[in-house]
Amino acid sequence: MATLDDGVPSDHTAGHDDLENPRRRDYLQFAAVAVAGVGVGVVALPLINSMNPSADVLAQSTTDVDLAAITPGMAIKTQFRKQPLFVRNLTPAEIAAAEAVDVSSLRDPQALKDRTKPGKENWLITLGVCTHLGCVPLGAGEGENRGPFGGYFCPCHGSAYDTAARIRQGPAPKNLTVPPYTFTSDTTVTVG
Amino acid sequence: MSFPWANHYEPKHPLMKWVDERLPLPRFVYNAVGGGYPVPRNLNYFWNFGVLAGAALAIQIVTGIVLAMHFHSDAGDAFNSVNGTIMRDVNAGWFLRYAHANGASAFLAVVYIHMFRGLYYGSYKAPREMVWLLGVVIFLLMMATAFMGYVLPWGQMSFWGAQVITGFFSAIPVVGEWIRVWLLGGYAPDDASLTRFFSLHYLLPFVIAGVIVLHIWALHIPGSSNPTGVDVKSEQDTVPFHPYYTAKDGFGLGVFLLLFALMVFFFPNALGDPDNYIPANPLTTPAEIKPEWYFWPFYAILRSFTADFILPAKLWGVLAMFSSILVLFFLPWLDTSPVRSANYRPAYRAFFWILVLDVLLLGYVGGQPVTPMNAMLGQFAAAWYFLHFLVILPIIALMEKPRPLPNSITEAVLSKHGGSRMSESALSGSATAAE
Repeated sequence: MATLDDGVPSDHTAGHDDLENPRRRDYLQFAAVAVAGVGVGVVALPLINSMNPSADVLAQSTTDVDLAAITPGMAIKTQFRKQPLFVRNLTPAEIAAAEAVDVSSLRDPQALKDRTKPGKENWLITLGVCTHLGCVPLGAGEGENRGPFGGYFCPCHGSAYDTAARIRQGPAPKNLTVPPYTFTSDTTVTVG
Repeated sequence: MSFPWANHYEPKHPLMKWVDERLPLPRFVYNAVGGGYPVPRNLNYFWNFGVLAGAALAIQIVTGIVLAMHFHSDAGDAFNSVNGTIMRDVNAGWFLRYAHANGASAFLAVVYIHMFRGLYYGSYKAPREMVWLLGVVIFLLMMATAFMGYVLPWGQMSFWGAQVITGFFSAIPVVGEWIRVWLLGGYAPDDASLTRFFSLHYLLPFVIAGVIVLHIWALHIPGSSNPTGVDVKSEQDTVPFHPYYTAKDGFGLGVFLLLFALMVFFFPNALGDPDNYIPANPLTTPAEIKPEWYFWPFYAILRSFTADFILPAKLWGVLAMFSSILVLFFLPWLDTSPVRSANYRPAYRAFFWILVLDVLLLGYVGGQPVTPMNAMLGQFAAAWYFLHFLVILPIIALMEKPRPLPNSITEAVLSKHGGSRMSESALSGSATAAE
């Protein structure tokens, strides 16, 4: 294009505007680059989105747990969305210990009743994923170290959780996550 | 670069002339790593490590391509395809696998020496800043590649390494968890994560090779630095790369391959974690998660933040770990001393060796379980690491009185060999010898 414009004699009427306003056609460049940019964005979006969890991964989004066999003081490890899920039947002493804590003194202030269902305070259902870097804390299995606060203890970097699975000591920033769940009967819950 | 006295490529054979006129690739190679590249005559064996890193990358690419022919990137089958099929059934599969696993360690080891060489001799200073910056980019790409490769055998340490490292991203406020899930393609490492890591692990080495081309291109504009840090002044300061340094690098390569073979054939598992011979289990974390040795210093920095201070401790740890590498990008502007080589900078040289000890201490702490004592050592060493780059370097650049530099590379070389009669070319006041 530049060669064409350069070649036009200055007294030629068709080229006159161009020479006085050499930036007159910039909008063509802007428009072309803008359209190309939108095109790249439109193509990049499905590529990026394809890396999000696929439908078959999302389909594993609910888990049913039978609570009948879990006696007080016992906990089980199961899976929810391929992540470990802790289901724990708290003893009255553990409930009392959790309720005795001053909530405002906690790093992630939550009371036990905010983390359980009304009337089912003994059922503590959390993800078994340490909120620090994602290790599985100990304490849900038979004879595992429950740490200094009697809840769960993460062996990776030493985070200790109490009997309401709240962070009490160590590098983790949050309490263990309580996933959405509902009691479908007195002894079964559906997580997810 | 070419100094005016560089040899010129003059093909003699008619075929080579014919090629040169149509695609001057042999000319390009001649000028890059052949007789057409003049190099300072005084390079010591620390200058071998760039070539050794290139050789290590070549070993990784060749063994990796063959291993990929036998590997199944499927969460249910990956462990077995590595530890069963490749290690037992594939012809010489054990050799390829051990060479590839130890090759990663060898690559990182020679690159660490290469980087400390750059720190000691001030190779990052003007006019070679771009060489250094591209080198740090290569290092970051290597870390990503090594991490994703370690995930592929899908053992316990692979799985939990993937969980912990992608967990770094969940420290980012607001969007962190979304990024973590996006990277993994699920809520925890699984098939989707393994397959994409395999794809990227195959891609990134070629990206590294591309950045290495830029790294060498940027190096060849000013030409190689040298142990005195003094610029090349005349033809007698240089020798052609070939045959002088092809021979010296070839000798170094032989020693490197001997040590590498020693690891592969006699101690193939010495550097690996035995937990990675247990298949990945999403419900049980190993008693102690730790990365391979080459990440220990960074792992120690990550773990050295244990208390919240404005931001959560976890975010501080992740920021500090990434900053420990990002700070290297600013190094050419943090160290303002015009003298390159630590041989002529007594204060800098002392602090350089303290930094080496500091990084070794970080590495030790990163490989140990968390105890109060180790945590304190790690915090101290991590603080010193940042202090070195951000405070000590700028200050000693201002305060230090460097020792007198030789007038030329040639003068330094000749005076080192007691050739006082040869040093008539030296200007006055330059009796100081190179170390």
